[in-house]
Amino acid sequence: MMDLVQLWNILVGLVIILYVVLDGFSLGVALLFPTAKDEEERDTLMNTIAPIWDANQTWIVFGGGALFAVFPMIYTVLFSALYIPLLTFLFGLIFRGVAFEFRASSQKKTAWNRAFFAGSLVAILGQGFTLGGYIAGIQVKNGIFAGGTFDWFNPFTIMVGLALVSGYLLLGSTFVIIKTEGDVQQRAYRQAFISALTVAGFMILVSVWTPYHVPDLAARWFTEPRIYFVWNFPLMGMFAFGLLFWSLHKRREKIPFFASALLFISAYLGLQSAIYPMAIPPDVTIYQAASQRETQIFTLWGAGIVLPVVLAYTIYSYWVFRGKVAGEEGYH
Amino acid sequence: MDVLLLSRIQFAFTTAFHILFPTFTIGLAVYLVIVESCWLVTKKEIYYRIYRFWVKIFAVHFAVGVVSGITLEFEFGTNFARFSQAVANVFAPLLAYEGMTAFFLEAGFLGIMLFGWNRVPRAVHFLSTCLVAVGATFSAFWIMAANAWMQTPAGYELVDGKFMVTSFKDAIFNPAFPTHLSHMVMAAYETSAFAIAGICAYFLLKKRHTRFYRTSLVIALIMAAVCAPLQVLIGDLRGVNVAEYQPAKLAAMEGHWETNTEGGADFVLFGIPDMEAEKNRYEITIPGALSLLITHSKDGQIKGLKDFPRDERPNALITYWTFRIMVAIGFLFFFVMLWGLFLWWRKQILDSPAFLKTLVAIQPIGFLAVIMGWVTSEVGRQPWVVYGLMRTADGVSPIPAGNVVWSLSGFVTFFALIGSSYFYYIMKILGRGPDLESPIPPVQRLSGMKPHEDPKEEEARL
Repeated sequence: MMDLVQLWNILVGLVIILYVVLDGFSLGVALLFPTAKDEEERDTLMNTIAPIWDANQTWIVFGGGALFAVFPMIYTVLFSALYIPLLTFLFGLIFRGVAFEFRASSQKKTAWNRAFFAGSLVAILGQGFTLGGYIAGIQVKNGIFAGGTFDWFNPFTIMVGLALVSGYLLLGSTFVIIKTEGDVQQRAYRQAFISALTVAGFMILVSVWTPYHVPDLAARWFTEPRIYFVWNFPLMGMFAFGLLFWSLHKRREKIPFFASALLFISAYLGLQSAIYPMAIPPDVTIYQAASQRETQIFTLWGAGIVLPVVLAYTIYSYWVFRGKVAGEEGYH
Repeated sequence: MDVLLLSRIQFAFTTAFHILFPTFTIGLAVYLVIVESCWLVTKKEIYYRIYRFWVKIFAVHFAVGVVSGITLEFEFGTNFARFSQAVANVFAPLLAYEGMTAFFLEAGFLGIMLFGWNRVPRAVHFLSTCLVAVGATFSAFWIMAANAWMQTPAGYELVDGKFMVTSFKDAIFNPAFPTHLSHMVMAAYETSAFAIAGICAYFLLKKRHTRFYRTSLVIALIMAAVCAPLQVLIGDLRGVNVAEYQPAKLAAMEGHWETNTEGGADFVLFGIPDMEAEKNRYEITIPGALSLLITHSKDGQIKGLKDFPRDERPNALITYWTFRIMVAIGFLFFFVMLWGLFLWWRKQILDSPAFLKTLVAIQPIGFLAVIMGWVTSEVGRQPWVVYGLMRTADGVSPIPAGNVVWSLSGFVTFFALIGSSYFYYIMKILGRGPDLESPIPPVQRLSGMKPHEDPKEEEARL
């Protein structure tokens, strides 16, 4: 029924979703930094993610390695074609990552507050440009990148970048709702509401613009048998929106975050169902991009045995650090 | 400058910056495991204090290691796409396994290690420290396997310029791997032990927190005393392995030009290799010594660099000297430990100002040795990216040089900024000294793990 390459396509998708949701909220929390009133509130925001952000970020490190191992052509073509967006993403991650420790060690925290915010913003934009450039398609000849340095740069990718910023803002603020109380939480409710509206706007914009910008994708949606199930994904998105707005209105603490995550999942499925069976639009299929069968099997053994354990101790770690955080809770 | 040279400079720069950090985290993690087990066994407060002090250094250090490490994974694709495309079947799963078995372990338990004191039982905390240490060493396992494969490829077959895997066991446990891995891990332990010892010695000389730093120093010295002689032995094995599998690299490292036909090969004690003239300038040699060192026999034959075509020779000027600096540091550490052993026997080890001053002076040079070793290993592999099979020039990405100029200037600027901030904050943490006051966290029962409580209330309960 399903072959090895398709299985890996699904597993890679799972890793991408895990990364996007987990590091998405970590990056999103950083975007809220300028709205904090004082250093104590910033400490609170930081403490919501301090013990777990590194594990969240590790999903992209693993994702990169896994992509390299099972779909090497995607990895090599994407990384050379989207050199500038991807390294911009990396530069952002570098500043975001060191800001945790450097900020904790410094007396005057302004510089690292800014680095934390700006690093996260730049990382998200870099990620968005990468996604936009990927959707729009990459020129490939003989298995290697054959386009120009700035092929990815156009209004569509800029829009995808901004859309991702609003999406992560939503994940970040809904996560802050779970982990905080009082003023910070009340503000996060409002921030979540505003970013939910923005995300809704961007989703409509993306749905209208993508078919014009990349006609291939839309065409694939309307082929059989896809046409029979793709409408489920926008439906799922609308359900998520409904849940999100309802739970924000009712001040339910945990539901908004999971509704936002569901929103991201629906968007990913919608996109993936338009791209499949392509690995690199417009021309490379997942079968052409796949590595040797033995390599995929060898990596699958690891993923099958190790990743469930990883998930188990990740959940344990979230459980250890469950509950509300406060600003004065000391750093290590 | 062309895209190949720029990409190589960028990779060399980012790797050299990066390796300083895992080197210390791998070693410091082991040190923390030792300290925490002392704390759990003896229940003496001082070990708890020592742990909490060094873990601060560990956290800052770890953060820089993580962010600079992601860079390398990106660069295989951004700058060496053709290499990555050719070797992916054999090489890439090792990186994927590194992510699965090492990074998740480190990142997952680091949170508990740093923030979990008030939330988990002591045994779980100790387990977390151990798992972070294990993760750090696993990471070395996979990354050294990947690099060793580039030095002595095995377990593959070449089909139309692509490496197809025939055996992952052979690919991972390739000829260079055992010595390559143990040499690096031992380097990490040894460098860290001397780095910690130097800092303790400095504060002992300043007479600050004497009891604290004495205990801290003793543990570091025990670690150093175990590692220093072992590293000399492993280094010798590594050299023999290079001679067998990468003869051109060995010839370059030793400035050895002519294959010895009768009698042993001479050891070049001093010389300035000249690639053009194919000889060493201002050479001082020890007759027959190279054969003795490498083949462990009086007249073993060692291939000279002239036996390799000019376009297959690694740069002898660089590797000859980087290799010598590394070896010199290794022996210096060894002799300092012999001296330490003598002082220990005389029961003066912690009271000898000369010994403590020496420890301060040699504190950072282990890191220098690590960099020098890597330069020897990587420059010595050239002109190949996969030894003997694929040239570095054929591995570069199809991108314009301008891309790399942009990213290289970004890396230089940002790493300089982050490197100096790192240094500044480490100095501040060291200057502030250990915290000997704050209350020791209460013992947590497994069933009693509680979420965050008001810390004041917690303090009141103590």
